Order: sequence, then structure tokens, then C-alpha cells
Amino acid sequence: MSTVMVVTSGKGGVGKTTSSASLGAALAQRGQSVVLVDFDVGLRNLDLVMGAERRVVFDLVNVIQGDAKLPQALIRDKRLENLSLLPASQTRDKDALTEEGVGKVIEELKERFDWVICDSPAGIEKGATLAMLYADLAVVVTNPEVSSVRDSDRIIGMLDSKTRRAEAGERIDKRLLLTRYDPARAARGEMMKVEDVLEILAVPLLGIVAESPDVLTASNMGAPVTIHNPASPASVAYMEAARRLMGEDVPMSQPAQRQQGLFSRLFGKKAAAA
Amino acid sequence: MAVDRVERRSGREDADIFDLPTVRLRGRNVLALVLAPEFPMSDWFTAFDRQLDAAPGFFADRPIVADLRPALAEGGPQAIGLVLDTLALRDLKLIGVEGVEARHLAGTPWERLATRLHGRDTAVETPEGDAAAEPSAPAEPETPAQTSLLIDRPVRSGQSVVFAEGDVTIVGSVSSGAEVLAGGSIHVYGALRGRAIAGLRAGAGARIFCRKLEAELVGVDQLYRTAEHWGPGLHGRAVQVLCDRGSLRLSAFD
Repeated sequence: MSTVMVVTSGKGGVGKTTSSASLGAALAQRGQSVVLVDFDVGLRNLDLVMGAERRVVFDLVNVIQGDAKLPQALIRDKRLENLSLLPASQTRDKDALTEEGVGKVIEELKERFDWVICDSPAGIEKGATLAMLYADLAVVVTNPEVSSVRDSDRIIGMLDSKTRRAEAGERIDKRLLLTRYDPARAARGEMMKVEDVLEILAVPLLGIVAESPDVLTASNMGAPVTIHNPASPASVAYMEAARRLMGEDVPMSQPAQRQQGLFSRLFGKKAAAA
Repeated sequence: MAVDRVERRSGREDADIFDLPTVRLRGRNVLALVLAPEFPMSDWFTAFDRQLDAAPGFFADRPIVADLRPALAEGGPQAIGLVLDTLALRDLKLIGVEGVEARHLAGTPWERLATRLHGRDTAVETPEGDAAAEPSAPAEPETPAQTSLLIDRPVRSGQSVVFAEGDVTIVGSVSSGAEVLAGGSIHVYGALRGRAIAGLRAGAGARIFCRKLEAELVGVDQLYRTAEHWGPGLHGRAVQVLCDRGSLRLSAFD
């Protein structure tokens, strides 16, 4: 049984591409066969995050338009042999994608992989709607701030109305991935709390990824953080999220709030002594 | 002396302002029909006249919007006036035009027509050739009209629920940036964070109920309030909104 999963958010810069790469790699590390499909035609990034930018020959648009066969466009990861990438075209725009074309490619990918992960572009226009159209499962990436939460809410509404599953009268399975979460700032009331976000969005939680420099470092090195630095708290969070996606019951751990509290207390004392 | 006169004058002006009646505005949705005459015009109008003859009542008292895009594209600016004149000969109630700018109409008898009508297209049943079908259609209603709407999921940002026929009940929250408009009352079993406007048809008797008031705007009949009007005292509480002697009142249940 193959699962088509869209990683989406509405707002840009919240961590869709990073999360697609990290979840995809984490699933592959757990033995699943995974393909990452970049839907951000014209502004592709997934190839960079996966470190495959110098191996792109054909892309999604070439496959849709029949210029290349699917196996020619798929790039197999050098670190994990059961992880592949279908890059987006950088020179075209989103009008090059069609509903039928995308549907055909996804059907073909479903025959080859356990997981088809669609990395959605930001926004609510054609690229984003096509990325979600054939999804069985949606991971909504949200930062704990009001604008991101409202945009995610908008996207959830579209997932419930503009996907093939919704059109057929079924519900699409939606999970919330909270990224760039800063427990210290949340404790000081400078950031929305996890409970507040969950209350507004009313979607089950897939995981909480704390703000971490490891994520950016890994992206700049062209590797998902779960491969580049498996010990990082962000990697642990993505690995746990991947296990939840596979149906395991993994208890949710809030990012190290107590540790942060201790730090701030130490710093507080230091400042008082000085 | 001079000072006294100035004071008395300003006093009278104030009184004038208070004497003026309050101007109330109400909105109304009506169905306008969009006609887009195409070239060759003689063929199009012949076909249109045939439809008019078949169902003479169909266009009576219907507001008409003329979509002049095809006329402008093929006939140029001088075709616009001609098309509008020809439509007017058929006694149609033109309220606006589409696809042309105000400058195209300037100096013609049509310059007062609206050029920027808002709204979106909806499906319309076109009159069929059989004229006898027209009066018999409304004779017997098929099913009793639905008078309430139940929504069993949250209303998300950007979504709009419009139900002019009666009450709306939402089991879930109404998100920030979402709106619910009802002919009757609105019941929200969750947080109301977006907009809710009740009483489109029922008027001042309609109410809004919510488990948790975090709304951006609430309105009943022609009256409305935004969040800054009710302050933090009611925020987050279970509240009802009702019309009370011509003004909107919000009251907490707990």
C-alpha cells in the first residue's frame, strides 16, 4: 500500500522543504522506500537540501510533457538507496503542470514507492493545489505564530474541499507538524503555546521540532538533518514523527523546556551577581 | 456681542446634527443575468429574440449586466454603444457593463452604467423553448425548503458559509478570517474567531450564540460591532448577541 503525502503550509519559510527532506529521509532510514517530489516549479529548493543539485538532468515538467521517462528523471540518494528525488523545473512556471499530467506521474510513482512525498510550494495557487490534489495524507507545517497558524487554517480548509479525496466525499488525513518551536520564548509568552495552536487548528499533532541551528547547518551541507546529525534534537523529533507516520505509538515529548529554564536561571543569577 | 453670536451659531449647528435621522444601509443579494452579445450580432440577436419570445417572463424585472468583452474585441469601441442600444430596445433593465472601462462609455447615454460590479458567476437555468413550461414551474414546490443548516466541522480561514434560508449551527470553531452569514440565528459550538452576521432575513429577532467569543465582527440585522467595541471583558466567554431596542447587545452566559 502506497501513501501519497503532501507537505504543505500556506505560508512560506516555515520549513516545508526541510521537513519534506527530513521526514522522507527518516522514513527511508526506517526501511521504507520513499520518493520526494518537488512541486515548487520555478523556485525549486529540494534538490539543494538533498545535495542533488548537480545531478539534475530531467525534472517533473519533462516527465509530464513526455520529454523524459520517469526513471530518467528520478535521482537516487547517494546515502540512502531507498530514497529518491523527483526535482522540479527551475526554468518553467507552474502553468506547465496539469491535473492529468500530475495524476499520471503520481500513479506511476505509487507503483514504485511506499511513500510519495509531495513538497508543496507556498501560497494557495496552482502549484499548491496540484501538490495536494492526489494526497491521502497531509502534513501541515506550522510555526507557532499567528500569521502561520491562520495560513495553515486556510490550507486545511482547502485540503477538506479541493483534494480528490474530499471531492469523493472522503476525509483526507491531516497532521500538524509544529516547527521552529522555541520553548523558552513560549514560556515567556512571546510565542504561541502548543496547546493554543492545536486548539485553533483542531488537527492531531505529528510532532514538535524545536528551533535548532543544526537544521540550517544540515540544509547548507545538502543533507537532511536526520542523516547529517542524527543526535540533534531536531533529528530525534523528525525520526519520532516518521515512526508515528508508520503507525507506531510514540509518546509526544515537549522540547527541552526544563533544560532551557535551568539555563535561563543560571544566566539570571550570573547577571544578578555581576 | 460678536462672541455671543458665534457661540449661538455653533450651538445651533450642533443641534442640527443631532436632529438628523440616522441613515441605515442594508445589503441585498439579487440575481443579475449576464448577457454577452457576440459577432455576428444579427445572428446573436435573432437567437436571443427567439429565447425572449419563448419565455417572455424570464427577463422581466431581472437586472441585466452586459458583458461587452466580445463586442469590444471584435467591433472596437464604437460597437459598444450600438450593442447597448440594441439591448435596450428589448426593454431590458441594464444595471451595468463588464469588460469595458468607464472611458469607453463617456459621452454616450450609457455613461452612468456601473463598470465595476462585484460578484461572481453562478449557474442559471436558461428558459427552454416551451413557453407553457414557464408559468407551470412554480405551481407546486417539490420538497419542503430547508430551514436550517448544520455544519459538522470547523469553518476554516477563507471559507464563507452563506445560508439565507434560516439558522446555521456549527459544531466546531469559526476561524479567524472565516465568515458565517445566516438568514436566521447562528449557533457556534466552539470558538467564534471570525465574522458572524445573523438575521439577513429574520431581521432583528435573530441572535448569535457562541461557546467562546473571540470574534472579529458580529452583526445582527443592520447592526454590527467589531472586537474593539466590546473590549476584553467578554473575550473568551460564552456569549449571545442580540438586538435590544435598536442597538446590538452582547451578554455573557456565565
